[in-house]
Amino acid sequence: MAPSKPDKILSRFNGDEGDLIPLLQLVQERDGYLSTTMIKRIAEFLRISENQIYGVASFYSQFRFNPPGRNSIKVCLGTACHVLGGQILCDTLARELEITPGQTTPDGRFDLERVACLGCCALSPVLQVNDQIYSRVTANKIQEILERYE
Amino acid sequence: MSDFKQLRQQARRNWQELTNSKIPVIYLGSASCGIAAGAGEVLESVHQVLKKLGRKARILQVGCIGPCYLEPLLDVRLPGRPRISFANVTPQKVEQILKKLLVEGDPWQAQAVGHFDDGDSHRDHTGFLEGIEPFFDLPMLKPQVRVVLRNCGLIDPGELDHYLARDGYQGFRKALRLSPQKIIAEIATAGLRGRGGAGFPTHKKWDICRQQPGKEKYLICNADEGDPGAFMNRSLLEGDPHAMLEGMLIAARAIGATHGYIYIRAEYPLAIKRLRRAMTQMRKAGLLGSKIQGSSFSFNITIKEGAGAFVCGEETALIGSIEGQRGMPRSRPPFPAIAGLHGKPTIINNVETLGTLAWIMRNGAAAYQELGTSDCHGTKTFSLVGRVRRTGLIEVPLGMTLREIIFDVGGGTPKPFKAVQTGGPSGGCLSEEFLDTSVDYESLAAVGSIMGSGGLIVTDDDTCIVDLARYFLNFTQAESCGKCTPCRVGTRHLVEILDRIVAGQGMADDLIKLQKLGETIKRGSLCGLGQTAPNPVLTSLRYFRAEYLEHVKEQHCRAVVCNELIEYRVLPEKCTGCQRCVSVCPTGAITGPRSEPHNLDAEKCIKCRACYEICRFDAIAGDAIVIKSKQE
Repeated sequence: MAPSKPDKILSRFNGDEGDLIPLLQLVQERDGYLSTTMIKRIAEFLRISENQIYGVASFYSQFRFNPPGRNSIKVCLGTACHVLGGQILCDTLARELEITPGQTTPDGRFDLERVACLGCCALSPVLQVNDQIYSRVTANKIQEILERYE
Repeated sequence: MSDFKQLRQQARRNWQELTNSKIPVIYLGSASCGIAAGAGEVLESVHQVLKKLGRKARILQVGCIGPCYLEPLLDVRLPGRPRISFANVTPQKVEQILKKLLVEGDPWQAQAVGHFDDGDSHRDHTGFLEGIEPFFDLPMLKPQVRVVLRNCGLIDPGELDHYLARDGYQGFRKALRLSPQKIIAEIATAGLRGRGGAGFPTHKKWDICRQQPGKEKYLICNADEGDPGAFMNRSLLEGDPHAMLEGMLIAARAIGATHGYIYIRAEYPLAIKRLRRAMTQMRKAGLLGSKIQGSSFSFNITIKEGAGAFVCGEETALIGSIEGQRGMPRSRPPFPAIAGLHGKPTIINNVETLGTLAWIMRNGAAAYQELGTSDCHGTKTFSLVGRVRRTGLIEVPLGMTLREIIFDVGGGTPKPFKAVQTGGPSGGCLSEEFLDTSVDYESLAAVGSIMGSGGLIVTDDDTCIVDLARYFLNFTQAESCGKCTPCRVGTRHLVEILDRIVAGQGMADDLIKLQKLGETIKRGSLCGLGQTAPNPVLTSLRYFRAEYLEHVKEQHCRAVVCNELIEYRVLPEKCTGCQRCVSVCPTGAITGPRSEPHNLDAEKCIKCRACYEICRFDAIAGDAIVIKSKQE
């Protein structure tokens, strides 16, 4: 394999093991996910095994290993949202988009994820599309929300 | 005159400029919850309306003041007048409010929800304020005591000056003059206990750390608020970041730490932004870095974003995560106060614990002792959510009863009260007979629950207790780090049993199995996650056994929540034949010609709730779709 160009993110770190999580976070922020290529590069950079990186990354719910959609939907399933019907919203979205949580639609328009709590419990049930949080969502509003995104 | 005095005078001038502003001031609640409720659109509308009216105003984006059910909140302060608050503001309503106040000078008593008395007190406002109560006299706020949240919603969290003008960093200045022992003694007298949930006396852990040899010690602020249903820490960090940061300085000085970390959830981007900004301001003002305020005390802070693991709220797991490993707890001793981060003495304090310190140092331990009960001093913040009328962030003295919190502060439940879950997924589910339990560490533990970090989930007759217990177990099962077998395998079995009970396939001995397995997991787990994970099942089995039995023996869910045990029906006598439900049904389960009662095919129905909602809220529909237990 031809030597790859030095990565801009990697060059910001010293290569300490303690940098692993912040490094993964920055890479995911830039690339949208952790690709096998990047994991390989990080392993070389920190001089630890790829397995160790997978072990850490898969432990935390934040990291994903497949490319995200153009729009990311996070359905909150915190306690307050659960009590007020969050699961029904999640089921409705999964049905409308024909994917299960954790997947991306084949056209790349949406990915769907369940999250533990967005911290807006007093306005539940809530869901987040990209940076926008929708509060007191009902099953009937889902279609209208989806239509706002290309 | 010292630099700090100058800083403070300047801050006071800035604050007075605001409270005595010559142009109107508009305050907008812009914490995450306010933004979720639509504060962003309201802000846009404010800009447009001001332009349209040709008026100038100063706009301030403040933190969360607590009553989330009133969000978005928009307040207006006319020059020389107190600040007046309007609730549930929509972009359409903005124009009406601003016209009334800015153009007509009318406080619009009919729409105002309250006023704040923090401005020019010399003038008589009696006529102006007629019929407008003080905001803090609202039923939700009156029983509260604000120590930690004292600035939230009142100041601009982006302005160090606002914090300084309201006696900010005075507590730290006092701590700087005292020896570490004296600071620890003061906190001991105050009787502050860890607000993350366990309630360990703060001074004890500090003193252990202080006595450790070596120069390298760490202080970690635990802002990994992982309890689903809890947002107290987020609100404080978004609404008053300096309150927590001042606490970090005091704690660092007491234990002799030179470096601090804030371990915060990546799901809280606004809180992270506010903290970063506040830390930059501190550095500029000589409140962070080397030789702080000309003393020999140096301290720096790094922010570490958590990557999403509930177990990282546990001290040793959190340390593992900062070190770049999987966040798995390890056995104690040694306790982190002796050997923590990188093997050095480390103190981990919760956001709220740190957020209380400045108040105690400034007002003295005696003043803090007066709050709460004789055994448990001080206040506690809670997020009051679920099936309760007035949802939001509250702060009450310890020792208040659950009844007072849920009914006086929260305004009660829409349907008859059923249970309250304290302590999040690690806590217990308490029934009506425990409503008069005092909210303090010991009393809650005595009835099988815990104080926890402060999530209070209220449920009523529309909530199924078995489903709720299953929800919590699903959560802890997924978050179990996998180290201890009883927790890893045991929680999975608990979920499987609960899954079958809610599906109407429970077996006769399932309840005994739940009980035995729950107790085994508690005994056989290393960390707090496993030791408390079965609590929701064990407490609900104890207090709501009848509901479990109904599921197992009669396949009946009285709250009509468990999907396998319920069905949707159309009441023909009520159905107006409006076809609204026909149009939203995704599976074509509802049929029928216009103006005639519709037919619902239970075989095709996937229980998505779309028809139920539209029948309930649409004006021409007749409230005809009902959800019933199959057994009815």
